[in-house]
Amino acid sequence: MSNKVLMKGNEAIAEAAISAGCLYFFGYPITPQTEVAEYMARRLPKVGGLCLQAESEVAAINMLMGASAAGTRAMTSSSSPGISLKSEGISYIAGCDLPCLVVNVQRGGPGLGGIQPSQQDYYQATRGVGHGDLRLIVLAPSSVQEMASLTAEAFDLADTYRMPAMLLADGALGQMMEPVDFSVFPKRELPEKTWATNGHGGARKKNIVNSLFIDPNELENSIRARYERYAKVEENEVRYEEYMTEDAEIILVAFGITARIAKSAITEARAKGVKAGLLRPITLWPFPKKRLGELADRAKAFLSVEMSMGQMVDDVRLAVNGKKPVSFFGRTGGIIPSVEEVAAEIMKLAESL
Amino acid sequence: MTTRYIFAGSGGQGIQFSGKQMAKTGMHVGKNVTFLPSYGPEMRGGTSNCTVVISDEEIGSPSVSSPDVLVAMNLPSFDKFEPKIAQGGILFCDSTLVDKKSERDDIKAYYVPATGLANENGLLGFANVILLGVIVKVTGIFDCADFEDYLLSNIPATKTALIEKNKKALEIGYGLEIE
Amino acid sequence: MKTVFDRPEALSDVPLHYCPGCTHGIVHRLVAETIDELGILGQTVGIAPVGCSVFAYNYFECDMIEAAHGRAPAVATGVKRTHPDTVVFTYQGDGDLAAIGTAETVHAATRGENITVIFINNCIYGMTGGQMAPTTIPGQVTTTSPYGRKRNVQGSPIRVCEMLSTLDGVALAARVSVDCPKNILTAKKTIQKAFRNQIDKKGFSIVEVLSTCPTNWGLAPKDALEWLRQNMIPYYPLGVYKDGEAIRDAE
Repeated sequence: MSNKVLMKGNEAIAEAAISAGCLYFFGYPITPQTEVAEYMARRLPKVGGLCLQAESEVAAINMLMGASAAGTRAMTSSSSPGISLKSEGISYIAGCDLPCLVVNVQRGGPGLGGIQPSQQDYYQATRGVGHGDLRLIVLAPSSVQEMASLTAEAFDLADTYRMPAMLLADGALGQMMEPVDFSVFPKRELPEKTWATNGHGGARKKNIVNSLFIDPNELENSIRARYERYAKVEENEVRYEEYMTEDAEIILVAFGITARIAKSAITEARAKGVKAGLLRPITLWPFPKKRLGELADRAKAFLSVEMSMGQMVDDVRLAVNGKKPVSFFGRTGGIIPSVEEVAAEIMKLAESL
Repeated sequence: MTTRYIFAGSGGQGIQFSGKQMAKTGMHVGKNVTFLPSYGPEMRGGTSNCTVVISDEEIGSPSVSSPDVLVAMNLPSFDKFEPKIAQGGILFCDSTLVDKKSERDDIKAYYVPATGLANENGLLGFANVILLGVIVKVTGIFDCADFEDYLLSNIPATKTALIEKNKKALEIGYGLEIE
Repeated sequence: MKTVFDRPEALSDVPLHYCPGCTHGIVHRLVAETIDELGILGQTVGIAPVGCSVFAYNYFECDMIEAAHGRAPAVATGVKRTHPDTVVFTYQGDGDLAAIGTAETVHAATRGENITVIFINNCIYGMTGGQMAPTTIPGQVTTTSPYGRKRNVQGSPIRVCEMLSTLDGVALAARVSVDCPKNILTAKKTIQKAFRNQIDKKGFSIVEVLSTCPTNWGLAPKDALEWLRQNMIPYYPLGVYKDGEAIRDAE
């Protein structure tokens, strides 16, 4: 028998975080991610850590900021409306160059929206989480195994580049159970946290964790320096999966749970003689734009499939850059598109070519 | 080979347990599996359902619009999901609680008075396990002995009464002569 | 020659940006002296607020974090819970602590976070130029209460120490003033106690310091001190509202 255990996506995140050395969790309950906090509350006290339920999402992200500023590997987790509340803190964390993990198990919006799975926070995660020029490393798991492996990876990426990372999942991935193997997560060589504010002990000069620069020139310089690091992330950390793209005429682009549905739809379309394939971005930022640009040289059309009214499709269009037509199919509000309707969309597109 | 199941009924009938048990056994015998529960206020309103996919191939969608197998343990679940069963699919129905029959001729239907059998045999709350026995036997998806092993392995050895009840319920399910 | 007065080691050798007559400088000095006297500079982490004392990170020689507006107690919680051996203090104004950060303040207090909070109450928003604060007293004119604060329009001010003294997590809640040497000495002792409480793991300690804002009150520094005595102390009586230890369960 293998090392696999059947586990909920939310619990896999928590367990993977603990195995990755994250012993501190700050959060606030919200469906459909509450199991992350519950799992942490059960497990962390037993391994010498702490799960603290904050009075608000706002407090939770700021507790995380304090923990991270003091040099501790720590995380928070929430779902869409909660992430909006955390946006302020995420902006400060980015502005202070602090590493941490923020999990978003997305649900339908806007407003209170619903509690069923959604991918409506793509713009928020890749463009607009918090004010100012900033980026998060955004990882999009598409299985419970990846909920675990990308959680572990996110911590290392955050530490390597001194920036917050986000795991962008959805209610289905959070709630579903699948076999998961925790035995093999690669570890990186990580830089020492010489910047941490944990008491200098008289052994070094004082450290300041700060995002305030009253002089615009200083602020611009600090942002430019940060964007040089972002450029390295774009150069080194783009991740994606390709499925049947070798001979594909129609390339679907989908992430997370939607990518699995796209795969099944591609199998159906292939059975009907349509050469379809999938590019699944695993990093939503940095987005695999270079690879999409290459695929645009030989494929005939692109179809972005999302659980939203069309957000990632903007990035697909930017990457394809007018070389080939890009269309969109999505369900929103908490509805997972069916394999049949995605397959029908592929067939429709195939006929139009 | 991919089989997609929906288990549906009322809260407290062990619907989620049944689904998880199928998925766990599938995982142990080396298949790919997914288990997707209903969640949120939906769970608290008294109805409960979950979706299980067991496959030899990589599983695409964990969500299922038309199941190959439906297990319906109350009337609302029958009404909601019976029309959605895939052609050639199978319906397992707790006929103690559902006094309707399917009018479809493109599916196979098994009516098992599981709740009644459980009550008669001092197995209150084990109707779901009786139904699991029937499903495993009728579909042949798992070896009956394997299924029992994985089911019982979840229960601490000290809880002998619980082990006995599960065993007995499974045996009733396996032993039923069903048309 | 014998040195009789010097800059505390914990206070940075830089010019402070505060307005003439502002009492922030006095409170900074009291905090720095306390850090020196307790010998904790190397283990102290300070959390600066948003408000007039936003640049406090430049003024203390310990490690410093600049927090978002009102969030200092949450940031302090994150530092202290992950590094229990540090000494963590926040330095916050009335808008930061008692308006936008009320939830963070109250919940850090009720959790009994083992931190020290220095709360500057000067009845006004200084940095943004004289707007109404949660502690602006009834009748007080500010740029956003130009006809005087009216209870039926803007509501009543918050008495923070009285409010927090009801919470089981609070070890010390005391209000002091820095309007005269006698009160400054009491303020110093109280701040020392608030830090010592933390070292002794007694729980949440808050020292509310009544301060002046000559610039935004539109008064000369000396008149501002008099205004504090005439108007603030009657509304915000000085004293110790709670002195003990946070109620906690056994480990």
